[in-house]
Amino acid sequence: MLIRQKPAIRPSEITPESQYLDRRRFIRSASLAGSGLLFAAGCSGAGDEPPAPAPAPAAPNEAADLTPNSFADITSYNNFYEFGLDKGDPARYAGQFKSQPWTVTVDGEAENTGTFDFAAIVGPHTIEERIYRLRCVEAWSMVVPWNGIPLGDVLRRFKPTSRAKFVAFETVVRPAEMPGQRAGVLDFPYREGLTIAEAMHPLTLLATGLYGVDLPNQNGAPLRLIIPWKYGFKSIKSIVRISFTETRPRTTWSDAAPNEYGFYANVNPDVDHPRWSQARERRIGSGLFAAKQPTLPFNGYGDDVAGLYSGLNLVRNF
Amino acid sequence: MISLRTTERYIKPAIFVACCVPLLWLALRIFEVGSLRLGPNPVEDIQDALGIWGLRALCATLAMTPLSWAIGPLPIRFRRMFGLFAFTYASLHVMNYLLLDQTLAIDAIVEDIVERPFITIGALGFVAMIPLAVTSTNGWRRQLGRNWNRLHRLAYLAAIAGCWHFYWQVKKDLTEPLIYCTILAALLGARIVQNRRRAAPVPPTGQPRSPKRGHSAP
Repeated sequence: MLIRQKPAIRPSEITPESQYLDRRRFIRSASLAGSGLLFAAGCSGAGDEPPAPAPAPAAPNEAADLTPNSFADITSYNNFYEFGLDKGDPARYAGQFKSQPWTVTVDGEAENTGTFDFAAIVGPHTIEERIYRLRCVEAWSMVVPWNGIPLGDVLRRFKPTSRAKFVAFETVVRPAEMPGQRAGVLDFPYREGLTIAEAMHPLTLLATGLYGVDLPNQNGAPLRLIIPWKYGFKSIKSIVRISFTETRPRTTWSDAAPNEYGFYANVNPDVDHPRWSQARERRIGSGLFAAKQPTLPFNGYGDDVAGLYSGLNLVRNF
Repeated sequence: MISLRTTERYIKPAIFVACCVPLLWLALRIFEVGSLRLGPNPVEDIQDALGIWGLRALCATLAMTPLSWAIGPLPIRFRRMFGLFAFTYASLHVMNYLLLDQTLAIDAIVEDIVERPFITIGALGFVAMIPLAVTSTNGWRRQLGRNWNRLHRLAYLAAIAGCWHFYWQVKKDLTEPLIYCTILAALLGARIVQNRRRAAPVPPTGQPRSPKRGHSAP
């Protein structure tokens, strides 16, 4: 397998937040149409699109929607129970965590299985930038500029067989470095899973960084999933195992509370969590006086992903 | 024995100031005094801080009566103040929910109260505290006579509702709500034990009042 060493990023190469915000304006003025806007800058082919004749002014909602949260917000407000329950705990306690060296075990219904070094997983691919909305099941949301690789591109290299109907993922277990795992609130290792179609969908990202820097430990270093149309808990962090399976894998939150968290966990304003409404969300960074904003079906990515679920009862399969 | 004068002059004001500290601390974080800040989700920070201090003040209120059985009547003098602080924190908690969290979206608020059990029970607890705050004055107390004590048993309902509200609100780790449930159970249990003792017939003189019961053999 081709192994390419990931180049170290010099501080001078890190894009400052202000330029990110500026870049949004640039993209908007270039007027990437329709779903291309959600797909964001790094999407291959985006550059081939003909420039729109006149830059249409973006609706205020839309503009606010894809303005990335600050690096500080993204890296200090995290649900990562391996490091503790409080949203500040991951930033506080993830310092000890060692994300390199890193290996990922690939097993199950695929031809090319085994244990692979981080560089072997990531190396052959080009890192893209994707600005995605992130909607937590707790009814708050952020916008994060991720760096990563479409998961499907990585998975195809393992040559899944026709029996591979699902893909299961596991987070690392290192109680010595992850104080939350010593407390044992959840049944660790954290497990998540997708249907093969969801995993192969071009929006599904295997993230390696955000804001142009390697993923901070509290955000799931060194490898995590981002499935932007699903609640955040599906986007498993610090992945050490990828298994192709024929049957639906167990997943941590639906094991812990099956009536509250389903396998699909698609963002859906019409299906409330038993204990709170999913109709609206609090946008992190909007300040003290901003109203909650309406939650969009599939977190606004419906045009791209609703087809994955045609014929499926989304109320029963929440 | 601490004199009434000392209590009224020093202890009571000290407790008053202590009860204001969490509110002051929150205000400093809201107005970003010095390097103090709320987190990335400030509305949630305010909501949680006010809720937990309301519950703590309510537990303190209910602790005064059992404490008075142990050390004498002094703690009863602080009971009303703790109760009014509990009501203050709970009111601000509710106001934060209505104004900042829901921005007065009536439909959403009604839906929350009707459909979300943890909000229903929280609202119930808060409503139960309103008549207690209103009738907390000496005038009302005199006017209501024996009924005042009856009415103020609503404090038990408010505290149970408060703990329940917290228990149902938590996503996964129930440790903290269970701590408050345990404290509340102890405070209510102490009252049950005390009532039983009072109801028990007075033993003849010369004998110990409450003979120690032997532990059953393991």
